[in-house]
Amino acid sequence: MRRTVIPGFRLSLGITLLYLGVIVLLPLCALILKASDVGLVQLWGILSSPRTLSAIRVTVTMALAATAFNAIYGLLLAWVLARYQFPGKRILDALVDVPFALPTAVAGLALTALLSKNGWFGAPLESLGIQVAYTPLGIAIAMAFTSIPFVVRTVQPVIEDLGTDVEEAGRSLGASDFQILWRVIFPAIFPAFLAGCSLSFARSLGEFGAVIFIAGNQPMKTEIVALLTYIRLEEYNYEAAAAIAVVMLAMAFTMLIVTNAVQAWNLRYLGKGEA
Amino acid sequence: MNDRPHGAWMVTPVGAGPVTRRVVLGVVFVLTLLVLIAPLALIFSSALSQGFEVFFRNLTEPGTQHAILLTVVTALIAVPVNILFGLAAAWCVTKFTFPGRTLLIALIELPYSISPIVAGVAYLFVYGTTGLFGPIIEILGIKIMFALPAIVLASMFVTAPFVARELIPLMQVQGTDEEEAAATLGASGFATFIKVTLPNVRWAVLYGAILCNARVMGEFGAVSVVSGNVRGQTTTLPLQIELLYQDYNVAGAFAAATVLTAVALFTILIKVVLERFSPEHHGHAPGH
Repeated sequence: MRRTVIPGFRLSLGITLLYLGVIVLLPLCALILKASDVGLVQLWGILSSPRTLSAIRVTVTMALAATAFNAIYGLLLAWVLARYQFPGKRILDALVDVPFALPTAVAGLALTALLSKNGWFGAPLESLGIQVAYTPLGIAIAMAFTSIPFVVRTVQPVIEDLGTDVEEAGRSLGASDFQILWRVIFPAIFPAFLAGCSLSFARSLGEFGAVIFIAGNQPMKTEIVALLTYIRLEEYNYEAAAAIAVVMLAMAFTMLIVTNAVQAWNLRYLGKGEA
Repeated sequence: MNDRPHGAWMVTPVGAGPVTRRVVLGVVFVLTLLVLIAPLALIFSSALSQGFEVFFRNLTEPGTQHAILLTVVTALIAVPVNILFGLAAAWCVTKFTFPGRTLLIALIELPYSISPIVAGVAYLFVYGTTGLFGPIIEILGIKIMFALPAIVLASMFVTAPFVARELIPLMQVQGTDEEEAAATLGASGFATFIKVTLPNVRWAVLYGAILCNARVMGEFGAVSVVSGNVRGQTTTLPLQIELLYQDYNVAGAFAAATVLTAVALFTILIKVVLERFSPEHHGHAPGH
């Protein structure tokens, strides 16, 4: 540690480590310990069971679909908020925060009511022969709703900081709008965009509250990994719960590493742009 | 896309042409109406669909009253502790350099990445009967799991980064000059903190605390595992919503949901106000 006259290092570090140790690390270690007690053969049995595999497949596929929607909607929102002036802009900007501020159970309840057979959207969709509530599509919609702000809030500041000089240079060299968009603007926002997408995907993988309302939760069809963990606990099958929870933890760590790598790339990229 | 003559000098930036602008704004408005506004409108219209009288009767029903009380008590314990932790963590990480500092920051942010369900399950393996501390807890005769302590602990897990994350970037920018000056002039550590550091970050603390409060009150996944959902005893407001919904009391569920929606809208309002009026606040990165 570098010498400094400011006091309080030991006290503040002590409080920080105590809180993190008791509140965060102790439970995670207990979970990993429990899972390591299970034994490899049994662990493999739990994870390769058709029901677990199906839950993983449903969760990952729907999280990808949700992320794809947020990639487009988020990018459009970020563009509009950063580039255009229009009445109601402040309200739109505030609305973007709704999915983070609204509890997931409330979001789940509202989305289910909207999309069930006699809901505002469910009824017209039903007459078109499309069922959303209690199908995998409903899961994707709940996941998408709860992770909307990620792409917007990572890309928006980057578009705001983007100067018009490169754009003007492109224009003076005879580039069309589309060429400037594709060759000048998109590469500049791409790392932030990718970081936003990976955050959105990670959140969707772990989402529970919003999804269980709308999913219908049929084993092998509309059951997500988080719910399967919960069900195993209710059955007092703690080994299976620990095993599945550890898989979710591993997925979270993988996404964390991916996101950090993308963000580091993002920072390097921005740094190069300024040099 | 290309609604301007090719190769003309820069008059309007990309996307600012009248047609593109109208199309893009139109798409965003329609999507926002469907995706963000409709759910909010539905919550209030469903809660009030049978009139104010029924709405208030639903809200004052004993189960919902108890859930509101339990949720408020949980927030009253978890939020102050989180503020204390956030201040300590930000102080330690921004005023000093030491080996392992980056790792510590990563650790502070870790709970953002972990599914609340995983957090809840992890707590069960610490304080549950078959958990690490299960035998000791049984001997001591205290109740942690499926009771208020576990609900508070799980809420603290999921909200650990909230205050710290608002403070760290801000205190990093502010540097250590003012604290060094105060310390050199002989101020005690406590006086330096109260008179120099805290006034500089008070709005960020307030904002972090309000975000933390909203999340504690709304936490569902982690709390539903550790609370055991004992009807009328460990049901927080989000769990009460699910209970009512499963009982086919949809109006009651929506009445309970309006309380949490009001908390959420209040949180967003505070954010807008702080962004507008406090120079220190530069908006926040996503991640919760």
